[in-house]
Amino acid sequence: MGRWRALLWLGPSLALIAAVVLYPAVALVRASLSRYSITGVHQGSVGAANYARLLEQEALPTVVANTVLWVAAIVLVTVVVSLGLAQLLNEDFPGRRLVRWALIVPWAASVIMTSKLFVWIYDYYFGILNHALLALRLVTAPVDWLGNDATVMAAMIAVGIFVSLPFTTYVVLAGLSAIPGEVYEAARVDGASAWRTYWSVTVPLLRPALLVAVVLNVIYVFNSFPIVWTLNDRNPGFAHDTMITYMYKIAFKSSLRDVGLAAALGVVNVLVILVAVLLYLRTVSWREAEA
Amino acid sequence: MSPARTGRRVIRRVALSGAGLALAVVVLAPYVVMVCTALKPEGELRMTPPRLTPIQWRPGNVLEVLGDPSFQGWLYASLVVALTSTTIVVLAATPAAYYTARHRFPGRSAFLLVVLVTQMFSPTALVVGLYRQFFDLGLVDTYAALILTNAAFNLAFAIWILRAFFASIPREIEEAAAVDGCGRLRTLVQVVLPLSLPAIVTAVIFAFIAAWNEYIVALTLMADPARKPLTVGITSYVTAYVQHWNHLFAASIIAIVPVVVLFAMIERHLVGGLTAGSVK
Repeated sequence: MGRWRALLWLGPSLALIAAVVLYPAVALVRASLSRYSITGVHQGSVGAANYARLLEQEALPTVVANTVLWVAAIVLVTVVVSLGLAQLLNEDFPGRRLVRWALIVPWAASVIMTSKLFVWIYDYYFGILNHALLALRLVTAPVDWLGNDATVMAAMIAVGIFVSLPFTTYVVLAGLSAIPGEVYEAARVDGASAWRTYWSVTVPLLRPALLVAVVLNVIYVFNSFPIVWTLNDRNPGFAHDTMITYMYKIAFKSSLRDVGLAAALGVVNVLVILVAVLLYLRTVSWREAEA
Repeated sequence: MSPARTGRRVIRRVALSGAGLALAVVVLAPYVVMVCTALKPEGELRMTPPRLTPIQWRPGNVLEVLGDPSFQGWLYASLVVALTSTTIVVLAATPAAYYTARHRFPGRSAFLLVVLVTQMFSPTALVVGLYRQFFDLGLVDTYAALILTNAAFNLAFAIWILRAFFASIPREIEEAAAVDGCGRLRTLVQVVLPLSLPAIVTAVIFAFIAAWNEYIVALTLMADPARKPLTVGITSYVTAYVQHWNHLFAASIIAIVPVVVLFAMIERHLVGGLTAGSVK
């Protein structure tokens, strides 16, 4: 009886999750074991052949290395910078509300629109960035940020950091405001310097919030699509793609249009995220009591 | 307080304000470029050396975009998808959040775990599976496909926010309603929901913005130019053949400003919903 009543109240949510999250996951696995015509018609099962072909793809090692760099660089820099920004926003000063609102803009704005904006800012001929750097004599000639193999990854990572900062800063800020004031009082009475207090008191107490920020950012940044998709738009091949944009190109864009191969990579991507989710559950020590 | 200490405090506040101002400038600088470019006439887009501000300010660009039938179609698609999916989110999340906040039952923990996992999975990783599914169902190029996808993936946040709020409402209020002869559903609708307005507003705004900004599923499923939502549609202002950066950014501003205002309204509640399970 109780079970059925619960089903009544949870039913709409369960139906939605089953139909639009679980079913596509099953469809993804099924597609990874199948062969499709170039127009997307199912042509039967091929077992693990798509996975074997995935491992043979010439671009795969580069794409995996790009993904590791993409996630590690963005998450690391974002978390370190956010520590400073949160410390600042945790202080009381005139104009703090306005600064917090400013920080919301890159978070609320659609990432695809911010990405297009950076394509324009990075533009070789008409972009304001080259103009500003030339005026400040930081470069001697304009840089083709998005067209040059040496700079495109760094240019994309910078945008990734820019859009990840607000959320991360807010998580650290929530962690900071949860630290009771008496702890600082005690450190002051003990005569600890500000720097010492930060490392011995603040950082250890921030650990839970930082872990949450790191794991969630790993998931978000790994999943990120619009930045690489947009900023790497004009470069042929897969030299600057992540596992997500590579998957997308295989499925929908490149001459390959290979649904089975893309689905195999999709399954790998889902497994990577699952591992991160398990890490998250461990981090927040998910228990029924807390549920 | 001694004058020296007061002086130090003033200096500290000024320094903090200065740092805050610098941060705001850095964060907003790209969007200043967006606004300035949006207000430039076509001829000023390709100037060397480039200028930040327009020589001739042209607010007419915004009106041109608003009057563009294509833009109106994208705006309509975005509104339909975001409003409908948000409605579904609230209708599905409210009973689930209320029941899990008030009752312990077998499978409760498993349900919450599934919800949490769906929150971690953006549609991005599943996009090939989603495409296969909607292709097989004949729903490619329909609003229904976008509405369902957005509703499913934005459900988790709403459940967390609402559940935490429902749990904080004293049971006695509901017990009083029960004594007055209210059924469970009536208690929820007439007693609990009016008290929960702040949480509902937060859930609504978050679900709306997430759907409004959704890109990859719309990019994949919507082929008909007239049915594309804003995120996908406006990119056609700049392609390999035409480069109307001013119109692209005028359209972007129209899309961004309302959601920034909405986001600022729920700023305080965001972290709790996004770091579910970790914040009590």
